[in-house]
Amino acid sequence: MFGLENLSGSAQAVATVGVVLAEAFALYLAYGLLSNTVGATVIDALGGD
Amino acid sequence: MVAVFVGFGLLIGTLFGFFGMGGSFLVTPALLVMGYPSTVAVGSGLAFVFGTSVIGALRHRDHGQVDYKLAAIMTVAMTIGIEGGKSVVFFLEATGMADLIINVAYVGLLAAVGLLTLRDAWSDDDDTETSSDLADRVQSIHIPPMVTLRGGVRVSGTIIFAVGLVIGVLSGFLGVGGGFLLMPAMMYGLGVPAAIAVGTDILQITISGAFGAFTYAQSGSVALPVVAFLLVGSALGARVGAGATNLVDEDEIKGYFAAMLLAGSLAVASNKLGTVYGIDLLNTLSTVLIFGAALLVSGAVVLAAVCRLRNDRTGTWCRLTTS
Repeated sequence: MFGLENLSGSAQAVATVGVVLAEAFALYLAYGLLSNTVGATVIDALGGD
Repeated sequence: MVAVFVGFGLLIGTLFGFFGMGGSFLVTPALLVMGYPSTVAVGSGLAFVFGTSVIGALRHRDHGQVDYKLAAIMTVAMTIGIEGGKSVVFFLEATGMADLIINVAYVGLLAAVGLLTLRDAWSDDDDTETSSDLADRVQSIHIPPMVTLRGGVRVSGTIIFAVGLVIGVLSGFLGVGGGFLLMPAMMYGLGVPAAIAVGTDILQITISGAFGAFTYAQSGSVALPVVAFLLVGSALGARVGAGATNLVDEDEIKGYFAAMLLAGSLAVASNKLGTVYGIDLLNTLSTVLIFGAALLVSGAVVLAAVCRLRNDRTGTWCRLTTS
């Protein structure tokens, strides 16, 4: 799926850790953007305001 | 199946963001139950823990809840300690006693730390002074170099190193990440505030998770699609969990943490007994305990945070999480 199977052992390991790190950063930024956009509204709704 | 992985990731992310533990503890058994080979289950669990802890660490950093000095000293000490712990395991394997001793030690440690934390969470203000006595005594020992940590805590760097070394030995010996030992050691042993202990613990887990994932990925034992879907859920959960640490009282954090550890202790004991005596019911009980506790505790964390937002301590559900 990610095309890492053809790489050698260490290269495959570095690429795997890199893919996971890149996805984590991307999700952190994406959810951060989402949180800034609708976070206050959700917290107000949960807080009963 | 994608929805199951994303949902499961959300659950684990909430626990991880809140407690700084519970990643591989939950993912690895879940993947084993789904039929993945054990090396892939462990490797994918470690890769998932690495990804989730990156997000958790960034989130705790935003809240000012990471102490880099403490994390650096602990990481160096634990790395050395883990090598020592592995040597103990190899020695025990030579005697043929490794499995028995490791399992008994794992169950005993989980239960002991869980009971200690539970006692502290249930004690009133006067008793809490007794539990902070240890941290006060540790802070009064002035072995150079002295290190000032976040939250105004000043403690000997040599003692921090020694604590990290002992936890590292235990981690290497038990083959676990050590989050369940590191967090209480920082809180009770060094007197670090709970939220900072969680944030620093997660940063340390990021480093060890990266190393573990790298090791398993070298032999192709990481199922990247599974990790990717789990991360989609856990990234959101880690935000929820880390945000909840700012809303829920420290003593309540300790209560939930104790519940997770005690459920984990019973689950491991049940699983081992089931395997040794061939009783399937005990293995099922172990799975139910792990996932039931994860679901209940993450639900309680979210509920407690919502009750704080509403400033509600009297509603039926809110009373359950604030008593």
